[in-house]
Amino acid sequence: MVAERARVLNLVQAIHEALDLALARDERVLVFGEDVGRLGGVFRVTEGLQAKYGEGRVFDTPLAESGILGLAIGLAMGGMRPVAEIQFAGFLYPALDQILSHLGRWRHRSRGRVGLPVVVRAPYGGGVHTPEQHADSPEALLAHAPGVKVVIPSSPERAKGLLLAAIEDEDPVFFLEAIKLYRGARAQVPEGYYTLPLGKARVVREGRHATLIGYGGMVEVMLEAAEVAAREGVEVMVVDLETLVPLDEGTLLEAVRETGRAVVVYEAMRTGGFGAEIAARIAEGAIDYLQAPVVRVAGYDAPYPPFSAMEHHYRPNARRVLAALRRVLTH
Amino acid sequence: MKPKVVRYLDKGEFPVSGEEALALYRAMRRARFFDEKALTLQRQGRLGVYAPFMGQEAAQVGVALALGDRDWVVPSYRESAMLLARGLPIHVLLLYWRAHPAGWRFPEGVRAVNPYIPIATQMPQAVGLALAGRYRGEDWVVATSIGDGGTSEGDFHEGLNFAAVFSAPVLFLVQNNGYAISVPRHRQMRVDYIARRAEGYGIPGVVVDGNDAFAVYLEARKAVERARKGEGPTLLEALTYRLAPHTTSDDPSRYRTREEEEAWRSKDPILRLRKALEAAGLWDGDLEEALLGELEEEFTRELALADGAPEPGPETMVEHVYKEMGPDQKRAWEALKEGKHVEELW
Repeated sequence: MVAERARVLNLVQAIHEALDLALARDERVLVFGEDVGRLGGVFRVTEGLQAKYGEGRVFDTPLAESGILGLAIGLAMGGMRPVAEIQFAGFLYPALDQILSHLGRWRHRSRGRVGLPVVVRAPYGGGVHTPEQHADSPEALLAHAPGVKVVIPSSPERAKGLLLAAIEDEDPVFFLEAIKLYRGARAQVPEGYYTLPLGKARVVREGRHATLIGYGGMVEVMLEAAEVAAREGVEVMVVDLETLVPLDEGTLLEAVRETGRAVVVYEAMRTGGFGAEIAARIAEGAIDYLQAPVVRVAGYDAPYPPFSAMEHHYRPNARRVLAALRRVLTH
Repeated sequence: MKPKVVRYLDKGEFPVSGEEALALYRAMRRARFFDEKALTLQRQGRLGVYAPFMGQEAAQVGVALALGDRDWVVPSYRESAMLLARGLPIHVLLLYWRAHPAGWRFPEGVRAVNPYIPIATQMPQAVGLALAGRYRGEDWVVATSIGDGGTSEGDFHEGLNFAAVFSAPVLFLVQNNGYAISVPRHRQMRVDYIARRAEGYGIPGVVVDGNDAFAVYLEARKAVERARKGEGPTLLEALTYRLAPHTTSDDPSRYRTREEEEAWRSKDPILRLRKALEAAGLWDGDLEEALLGELEEEFTRELALADGAPEPGPETMVEHVYKEMGPDQKRAWEALKEGKHVEELW
């Protein structure tokens, strides 16, 4: 179901378009959260949707994240398809009880009677000088919750199709949107309704000397590093995981086996981050192919620095990725 | 000004029809019968940890019978009496407390979702379920339940506020049984009546004698009618007491006195209702004996059904995590099905 024409859109516009199409297509879809109605969201993702679909379908909630997640759970129990927005992924913390104790458990708890087709959208990640907590990357916390899916698109065109697939999905999906890409990423986006499958990783650049693995806002950083490396004759493969849960281990392991060298890039705190999971999977499934230890490029084991003071040191950039590549190539 | 505590029993008032009163009594007696049997089974090692509700039958059954068939309940873990009154078969409830997978899937016709352990998270979920009915053009009402201790949780307040803002058709039942495990109400909050909190959310709050089935039933019915008419939520506080321990692992002698327990035993909701029924000429020893005979027979039959449920295989652990099994569940499922651990598959 790929539409014919395409235009250049940024990530905000692509996600807005997906929400618009989902609201138009299915009466059960509801969009709600803090400031998503009249204001149209702090990043303007939902701008105009309340005017178009009414206050019943697109609405503001009281400022209470646990309440928002609990409301979404109940709406889904009753047969609706809620798409909740949490203003920043770092604000998911007050809702962790609803997420870890309930959102992903209901299907299992009820032995399949109560499935929760909930989508939770939240901006995450750094690079745009935000205040404390606005740049957190809690994807590993979410991936550790049983029964949920975690999707992190890296481009407008992918985001539109993946979000529509997430809304169609019968299970809860966290859909994390890199703030840096909202207006920074622009791409050709097909018109009309189309979905892209969840649970698939993709090779976004071929190469035979080493493999870079990451997702979301780190994909452009990895591609930049690969471009610099190419000028020195080093061909680097770049894998965009896109869905962290369920993980496409096949594509991941195949990409590492081809090059024998792997660098994992993520902007969350290093310890216990999702990159640790990737490194462990590689160790379990491809150790015989490795010619160097897997190296992680990640945030430091400290809170993400607020505003711009230290951000460029904390958030992985192409220079750090290149240094890691050098390590695995010269091992 | 203190709120009025709604009470009919012990004042000689009989505000419901004989049929309704008998339905309340039978459902409460049946629930008590289950509770006693469940405690015995637990001591025999034939049930897991169990949360008894003895003493709270009027609060739970009174609300359950005030609901219509299309209404939903979103219970807490002590609401077995409510679930039985909503039509959950006894063998399913037994399997639930045995943590048998067959006990976790409630039959489709039973409009109750599973009880669970986390506290107060039910409140915003109940609001969502109630609003879903409105979107679908179905006028179902949702009754959700919590204890006095649970009202200290943030989600209790978020749930009440959401329900008020969206005018959701929800009945919030607080079974104020005086203790959050061992912590008495006065160490939990500084208000005398939890129902007073309703005012802070702009919704009605009502206090009833929770051991008076008539009071709970009639006030719950009013709340359900209000909700169904689109007039929004109600907070109903039922003053009651759990005569048994918090769970079968708890020792209440460490935090409350025998005198206190005895005082409440004399306010047993089943005895009080029975007295009213007998005074009205609707009940006697013969009817009681016949009812107990029926209950014994039913329980024996249902226990046999529960005992006959096939032993679940270990692979059932990883089923129903997602609608369709993901690669990680599938790998584990295949290993467990073969009687192996997943590591052996590599």
